[in-house]
Amino acid sequence: MIIDKLRTRAARRAVVSLLVFAVLWELNARFLSKNVPPPSAVLAAWVTVVGQPDYWHSWYMSFTRVLGGFSAAMLVGIPFGLLLASSRTLFGVFFPVFEVLRPIPPLAWVPASIIFWPTQELSIAFVTFLGAFYTIVINVIGGAQAIDPRYFEVARSMGATRWNVFRRIILPATLPSIVVGAVVGMGITWEVVVAAEMISGGGSQAGGTAGGGLGFLIWSSYVGGSYELIVLGMISIGIAGLISSELLRKLGVYVTPWIQARSS
Amino acid sequence: MSAVLPGIGDGVRHGAIRIEDVVKVYGAGADRVIALDRCSLAIDPGEICVVVGPSGCGKTTLLNAIAGFHPISEGRIALDGETLCDAAHPQAEPSSDRIVVFQNGALFPWKTNLDNVAFGPIVQGKLKPAQARDKARAMLAAAGLSGIEEQFPGEISSGMRRRVEIVRALMNDPKVLLLDEPFRALDALTKSVMHEALLEIYYRNKVTIFFITHDLEEAVLLGHKVVVMTTRPARLKRVVPIDLPHPRDVSAVTSKRFRELLEEVRSAVHEEARKSFEVGEREGSS
Repeated sequence: MIIDKLRTRAARRAVVSLLVFAVLWELNARFLSKNVPPPSAVLAAWVTVVGQPDYWHSWYMSFTRVLGGFSAAMLVGIPFGLLLASSRTLFGVFFPVFEVLRPIPPLAWVPASIIFWPTQELSIAFVTFLGAFYTIVINVIGGAQAIDPRYFEVARSMGATRWNVFRRIILPATLPSIVVGAVVGMGITWEVVVAAEMISGGGSQAGGTAGGGLGFLIWSSYVGGSYELIVLGMISIGIAGLISSELLRKLGVYVTPWIQARSS
Repeated sequence: MSAVLPGIGDGVRHGAIRIEDVVKVYGAGADRVIALDRCSLAIDPGEICVVVGPSGCGKTTLLNAIAGFHPISEGRIALDGETLCDAAHPQAEPSSDRIVVFQNGALFPWKTNLDNVAFGPIVQGKLKPAQARDKARAMLAAAGLSGIEEQFPGEISSGMRRRVEIVRALMNDPKVLLLDEPFRALDALTKSVMHEALLEIYYRNKVTIFFITHDLEEAVLLGHKVVVMTTRPARLKRVVPIDLPHPRDVSAVTSKRFRELLEEVRSAVHEEARKSFEVGEREGSS
């Protein structure tokens, strides 16, 4: 009951704060910074594009790239992190390389990626993958190394095999860190995909904004001089990122129910 | 609970521990520290043996050696006549016949209380998961812990957690329970509830219990004997047999005999605590 009340209160506050923000922006655009398109104009632009399949195709393209790169990063990053955390030898062999490559920003990989990969689509996917990969691996290693050694001792004394220790101790104990890594990694993936789409000119699509994704939508609107569309593209990305983080967080709560249980 | 049970661990056949001249040395050269110096101790089947002594005296070292978490340097530890570890095989194999309950608890936070209790038989393949859960449910109920099965350990009180953990240990039909200050972090009230709960559980499923504590009242209340260890390097200073009648409950602390035994243990420990304090002072000033 109390929680419901708090929730409606939080929702009301969110609506109010967004409205106030929009009003201030509108006033600013109308009277102070005349170069900035006001929200009313952006809304009008949205009404015209919302029916066009090209706009939604941009969403689709960006989402596909994010999901592809992110999934690949999870699929490779989680086992890689767990391996490094559970074997001192593998850690010694791989971690130095990992640590040298990690500080390189994913965007610095864009030119090399375009040269190395046969298609633009693959090079964007690769850069997106890198964006999430390092964060996920670091979180998995950190989570797995922080497991209380008593859990292993208890499990061993109760007769758990190595596989059981992995499946029933290491994996669930690391899960909260995996969720954190995934949520942060997802955010980075959106940053990276948008920049990659701008730089690479929207992937394999030669003409139009259709195949380019939301990043390319912004870029081509800039080149074409339609400022409303720039802002519309930005807001679209904000919403897209919000949706994916929220979904991921929900999923995270679902797979780690004991974390939620403790805090309530 | 009316009849006074005669003898120690009445009817228990398994769980005799023999500790013979066990030495444990950490480090080498100048950093060499002797943690255990020729410790010998015999614990009978079904006996509650409580070990007390100054901090850092090697109580936990001994427990870890029995559990198989750490190797010994010399000597021999045997369970029911079978060698667990000796000079040739310094580290015992951890096994479900010797289960440890830790100081701060080590229930798996990601498993429900029921799945925590059912863990042992499932990973050992002794029972199918459904059967293991049925047995776990029955054992939790017998320990007065119904209703928390589907909750996570983080959702119940620390006293309950400790009881769940003891039930989890007993699910494995261990010969020996190794308790390392299991009630240390609890408040006095919860602690006395836990003492009764432990005694009740013990009278229902008699196993040998190796119990480490700093709390001397707890030691005298629970133990068939109290072993006082010396300050480092740890030896056995005294073994005080506790001849209070069984079954006991917390009202035993009001008896005259309890006070006498407590005083006996206290004076032995005090002497050691003093020595260890002086050693600490000397080492601190040098």
